[in-house]
Amino acid sequence: MQSTVMTSPHLRRKSPLVLRIAKAFFGDLLGACLTLLSVGILLALVPAFKWAFIDAHWYVATPQGCFSGGACWAFIGSKLRLILFGLYPPEEQWRAALVVGVILIMVLLTAWPRLWGARLLALWAVGIALMLVLMAGGIAGLPPVPTSKWGGLPVTLLLATLSLGMAFPFAVILALARRGSLPIARAIAIFLIEIVRGLPLVGLLFVAAILLPLFLPADWTIDKLGRTLAALTIFAAAYLAEVVRGGLQGLPSGQIEAAQALGIPYWKTVWHIVLPQAIQKVIPPLTNTAIVMVKNTSLVLIVGVFDMLSAARSAATDPAWPAPSKEAYLFVAAIYLVICYGISLYSRHLEAGINARNRS
Amino acid sequence: MTTAIEVQGLNKYFGSYHALRNIDFHVESGERVVICGPSGSGKSTLIRCLNQLERHDAGEIRVSGILLGDNVRNLDAIRREAGMVFQHFNLFPHLTVLENCALPQILSRKTPRPEAENCARQYLDRVRILDQAEKFPGQLSGGQQQRVAIARALCMEPRIMLFDEPTSALDPEMIHEVLDTMVELAEGGMTMLVVTHEMGFARQVADRVVYMEAGEIVEIAPPDRFFDAPADERSQRFLSKLVRN
Repeated sequence: MQSTVMTSPHLRRKSPLVLRIAKAFFGDLLGACLTLLSVGILLALVPAFKWAFIDAHWYVATPQGCFSGGACWAFIGSKLRLILFGLYPPEEQWRAALVVGVILIMVLLTAWPRLWGARLLALWAVGIALMLVLMAGGIAGLPPVPTSKWGGLPVTLLLATLSLGMAFPFAVILALARRGSLPIARAIAIFLIEIVRGLPLVGLLFVAAILLPLFLPADWTIDKLGRTLAALTIFAAAYLAEVVRGGLQGLPSGQIEAAQALGIPYWKTVWHIVLPQAIQKVIPPLTNTAIVMVKNTSLVLIVGVFDMLSAARSAATDPAWPAPSKEAYLFVAAIYLVICYGISLYSRHLEAGINARNRS
Repeated sequence: MTTAIEVQGLNKYFGSYHALRNIDFHVESGERVVICGPSGSGKSTLIRCLNQLERHDAGEIRVSGILLGDNVRNLDAIRREAGMVFQHFNLFPHLTVLENCALPQILSRKTPRPEAENCARQYLDRVRILDQAEKFPGQLSGGQQQRVAIARALCMEPRIMLFDEPTSALDPEMIHEVLDTMVELAEGGMTMLVVTHEMGFARQVADRVVYMEAGEIVEIAPPDRFFDAPADERSQRFLSKLVRN
């Protein structure tokens, strides 16, 4: 008995490395199949790797240098300003870059729960006004730039943050109405949510950008970018409303009763007691909707709004270069990935904070 | 002595179910009244009607002389007069213990924050839980949470405290710390209306015991007489079951 106890770890230590590796990769039938499959996938990726890194052109003197095959990353460097800022006048592009900076700072500030409150909302109002002034110009000595010239990353970020930000209050009102005791408000909320969720976003964008101006009186000129933003906002609101409703449903009735018994007025109860808890409960689906909406902004190219994806696409049509659309799309995809992964990381951070609060 | 709570001809239905039948009773200022009775007898419904967490269908309720009715301002006034402690504590889980006590004052009486926090600390100290002020409710035991809930209600400086089975959701070893807090409150002269199954507490603290069954008040008596010589046959049956268990 004692001898087996003594020898068995000894034996295991002595088993040769080759055997241990073989056991790890081909231990059973499923393991062996997965190993072979992985090797096959890796082999299939070799040409892509070769194209992207080994044969790639990082710097070329003229576009001609890219015609020998391999990825043409030099094209991204050369067209960077067009992809990031679209048709925005080159000498004014510092303004667009500044707007991107302002959005990033605002988003980072908003990500800090300590600052949540009325003052942050006021800051957003100021921030949005500042961004619009910077982009549009026409005052303070800035040359005016019409929205038809706006493009690239600032447009993508503006559409994403503003549509989500403006959709949220509507979503809360729709969700409260749908859960509330007023029959007419509930019917209207259900009707709006179901109609908007039943429409494809592309259809909604098409109606907002192209059909709406045909029906409105000629002097009602709402900007196309503004109409597009409105369509995205309405779409996001319907989806967010259902997410928020899920959070409201999970809230114990005792919470509202306690607030009532303490004499807290209804809207203050909603703002300070109900919503914070409801939203904390639905952070994963909320993150999901936010990420989907960031990527949905790329659909605006259907109606001719010049977002980052449209800008990259039009950059790739320059005949001087060897059709570098793969590179352009990969570059844009990388930017989307960074944004969406950032949102995902942030939501995990928030959830960790909430979980810590329930542990002793 | 003035009358803190006066109820006359109170009736309440849930659909076709007659939950409260012709309830008449009153609580004087400074008095401690315990309501007991079997489950489903309408004790909690009665206490929840007093601050209109349930609407009543007929009868008159006066709290500190204010008539409860459709007048919303009266309702707010009554909710300020009467603090409530729930069976399941109902603390706000996303707020710290201190915020649980301070925020309601800020929201419902527009107390300035420093004053509200001072008041919160003072009452948390009184229920001996000030050292937990920065924790979240989920990090406390049930007994501690219920003491915070008592402090939260006291922060609104109510004239009457309503307790709806405050110890029923607690583990046995935690019941005492909550009862001790309630006894101290009673000794301080607070008007209290308590729905409870803790007969020891009733005997020790109550001025009168109200016995309810099937939505009706069966008997109202001082604790000595209620426990030792109940007048009604139904109270006798209820008490004999308690002794047997």
